[in-house]
Amino acid sequence: MQVSSFNLIISKETHLITNNSYHNIVNMNLSIQVEVNGKKHRSTVEARQLLVYYLRDQLRLTGTHIGCDTSSCGACTVILDGKAVKSCTMLAAQADGCSITTVEGLAQNGELHPIQEGFREEHGLQCGFCTPGMIMTAVDLLNKNPEPTETEIRHALEGNFCRCTGYHNIVKAIQYAATKMKEKEVAHV
Amino acid sequence: MCSLIGQAVKRVEDKRFITGKGKYTDDIVLPNMTYAYIIRSPYAHAKILKLDTSQALAMEGIVAIFTGEDIAKSGVNGVPCGWQVNFNTGETMKEPPHPLLVKDKVLHVGDSVAIIIAESRALAKDAAEMVEIEYEELPCVTDPYKAIQKGAPVVHDIAPDNKCYVWELGDRQKTDDYMAKAHHVTSLEFVNQRLVPNAIEPRAAIGDYDETNDRYTLYTSSQNPHLIRLLMCAFVLGLPEHKVRVIAPDVGGGFGSKIFHYVEEALVTWASKQIGRPVKWTAERSESFITDAHGRDHVTRAEMGFDKDGKIMALRVRTAANLGAYLSTFSTCVPTYLHGTLLQGLYTTPAIHVEVTGAFTHTTAVDAYRGAGRPEATYLLERLVENGARELGIDPAELRFKNFIPPFDGVNQPGYQTQVALQYDSGNYPAVLERALEMVDYKNFRKEQEEARKNGKYLGIGISTYIEACGIAPSAVVGSLGARAGLFESAQVRIQPTGKVSVYTGSHSHGQGHETTFAQVVADKLGISMSDVEIVHGDSDSVAFGMGTYGSRSLAVGGSAIVKSIDKVLEKGAKIAAHKLEASVDDLEYAGGKWTVKGTDKSIGFGDIALTAYVPHDYPQGLEPGLDFSSFYDPANFTYPYGAHIAVVEVDIETGKVNLKRFVACDDVGNIINPMIVEGQIHGGVVQGIGQALFEEAIYDDNGQLLTGSYMDYTMPRADDVPSFEVDRTITPCPHNPLGVKGAGEAGTIGSAPAVVNAVLDALAPFNIKDIKMPLTPQRVWKAIHGK
Repeated sequence: MQVSSFNLIISKETHLITNNSYHNIVNMNLSIQVEVNGKKHRSTVEARQLLVYYLRDQLRLTGTHIGCDTSSCGACTVILDGKAVKSCTMLAAQADGCSITTVEGLAQNGELHPIQEGFREEHGLQCGFCTPGMIMTAVDLLNKNPEPTETEIRHALEGNFCRCTGYHNIVKAIQYAATKMKEKEVAHV
Repeated sequence: MCSLIGQAVKRVEDKRFITGKGKYTDDIVLPNMTYAYIIRSPYAHAKILKLDTSQALAMEGIVAIFTGEDIAKSGVNGVPCGWQVNFNTGETMKEPPHPLLVKDKVLHVGDSVAIIIAESRALAKDAAEMVEIEYEELPCVTDPYKAIQKGAPVVHDIAPDNKCYVWELGDRQKTDDYMAKAHHVTSLEFVNQRLVPNAIEPRAAIGDYDETNDRYTLYTSSQNPHLIRLLMCAFVLGLPEHKVRVIAPDVGGGFGSKIFHYVEEALVTWASKQIGRPVKWTAERSESFITDAHGRDHVTRAEMGFDKDGKIMALRVRTAANLGAYLSTFSTCVPTYLHGTLLQGLYTTPAIHVEVTGAFTHTTAVDAYRGAGRPEATYLLERLVENGARELGIDPAELRFKNFIPPFDGVNQPGYQTQVALQYDSGNYPAVLERALEMVDYKNFRKEQEEARKNGKYLGIGISTYIEACGIAPSAVVGSLGARAGLFESAQVRIQPTGKVSVYTGSHSHGQGHETTFAQVVADKLGISMSDVEIVHGDSDSVAFGMGTYGSRSLAVGGSAIVKSIDKVLEKGAKIAAHKLEASVDDLEYAGGKWTVKGTDKSIGFGDIALTAYVPHDYPQGLEPGLDFSSFYDPANFTYPYGAHIAVVEVDIETGKVNLKRFVACDDVGNIINPMIVEGQIHGGVVQGIGQALFEEAIYDDNGQLLTGSYMDYTMPRADDVPSFEVDRTITPCPHNPLGVKGAGEAGTIGSAPAVVNAVLDALAPFNIKDIKMPLTPQRVWKAIHGK
């Protein structure tokens, strides 16, 4: 049975159902179909399960990270139907029927995506924890705006925290990738 | 083959991180693993009147629940403090216990009360809602200055005045005398605000007890796995150390907050044995905010006396330092030995005295956060120098040049003995400021500033110079200062029979790029390819011992240990080579990966010697087979990186918003192995300092609630808050370690905050504002401009 996740949340807040029946519903399992990095998955998920936990715990795609509980840090960013989303901000059930790309799906045939290459060439990472989210946000940016200015890059990264690099080399990494992608006219993700 | 030293080699560790294949603690899933959720106190100070877990225990999927009562019965201890700081009277500091789970009385919001272990993290959280706890709330105190006033709520009965220690350094009498004689005294009362380190990877730990072998494994997001093992085994759980393996896999940033031994590490290890299954705990961000050790939090009064020419005569500092409710591992030494000892700065100040009162409060523990003590020292010095210059009508750059310690290399000229216990190693301090002024075009800036003011635009420039004590630390020195551990480092260099090299280092990389920098050093010294070298770290079963990574110590101490082992490899290799080449060792030279008989073309390669060492058929008599050496390196002194940072800002006086237009840094971190990595460290450090200056602050309300307990409330610097940086360097080698390196991890954070604040106050000079409390939010700046 497919249940709208938003209804569930509203129900709890307006106390239309009791706490116990709330727990029964959130513990309910739902069946979803998603395509992740080109591979189709049919999975059973808890109604309340966040997309990021589905990716990490069920599909074991641990490149997508969890850095906060307020949708602020962007470490969990993935591409869903062509747009960057924070996978901690939506339920797995909401991704039913969607196509998702995580950082594991970026390199093709052993060749790094130009953005991945840019991060390595320009030292755009240190501890690496924010990096997958940064890279996926950059994918989204360069899809929409293949030749961003520094200001546009910095603005696009607003939703992603990095505590190591001071952002300086992340900006350079994305500039590197933009140039490279223009040269290669790499197919968009 | 050209030298690898000084080359911007791309990082070898990057590939796993950019492809999503890094392995952080929370990525690890063990068979039959359970998940822990910790119930934490919602109150800052309260008695636990009742704790009933029966309903929660009855829920589906709940494996076990342990409380403070269970911990007390089990006989395990709390987590210890690693540094003893005494009162100036000689009395030992007050050292209250820090239990793994509290039984009777919680002492800060976030104090751990019970651990729920379940089949999933969601079930554990569900059960937490069904645990009934009754608290009786008690009065609390969160401010360190208020805590040490008469009548303040008491945190620990053993310290009824909330003083952990009252510590002093320097010459009190001389300082008072010089201050009294000064032509001009500038003074400041300020708060160096509390910060939350906020490594983007939340802390995590997995305990895994293997009954068949009676062996424990702890995976933990730690900067120093060996020290965690030592503390946990010897002081907390009483486990045999040889039966405990601690692994710190990929760690997503630390900035100090992951140095310390936390209760959760011991809890999951202990709990795993109780239930016979692995136990994983991963902090949620809001949990990190209230349990990761915080940084800074000083309330300070500081005075600087000048003579009529602007020479600094005396410095007097009184600080109340917040230690929080419990003493975290290094907490006691941060406001004392890492702060008071740096108050000489780069100046020849002849009289210095500092007194620090360490205060207990009902708040999260405060400990080392990037810079640790040195940003606090630099902030007060550079603010006083700048204010003093303004009051004396001397250009702030000129005032600094008047007071700098003259250049010395530490070889031909001796090190510089400070008034506050340290001996600086080497430095040309005026050179960094000269270069930074040149980079920012200081001379022309003043004209531009004047023009801009005519047009209603408020531009400002702010200088900061700093010195830090890094390469922590000479064991005997820190031992005499109260450290309860040695602070050396270990390294094993194992040459494999085929000539490939495995290096086991006690340093731990959590963003610093050791796998690259250390490999550069090894490959360069051995004259082999970097791809033939692997750096292993973070596992107590692989690495013999280690003191970990903090205090900008990895290359200066850990790197030096590696060099020592390489020297031993080459010494033994030369004996084997001499035998094979039928020459004397003295006639050989090693270069380009081979030993050559001087003046001939007779040579033998490193790989051949490696194989010979393991297949010793034709071999020097009496020499042991194998080519594998361990070393411990204990530094002779701290290292002393220094630098000059300059910020250029524009302040919108209508809104109070500070726009950081330029940031220029010239640092001297000694010799450089990989300039790309060093610059990356500077960039990141600078933004953490800018964060303190403009954005970040942990705020407690009067009830001890952390108001800034999430990323919605605590302002982290974002990409569009900061400009790109202009960085340069001078190089003054460290004279006492084999690489001549000084350390670069904390420089940026130490230098940047005062530069930004000084720049804002310079921009607002027409308003004659002496101080604005950090962070300089638009609201605070606007209020200062409008005299509110």
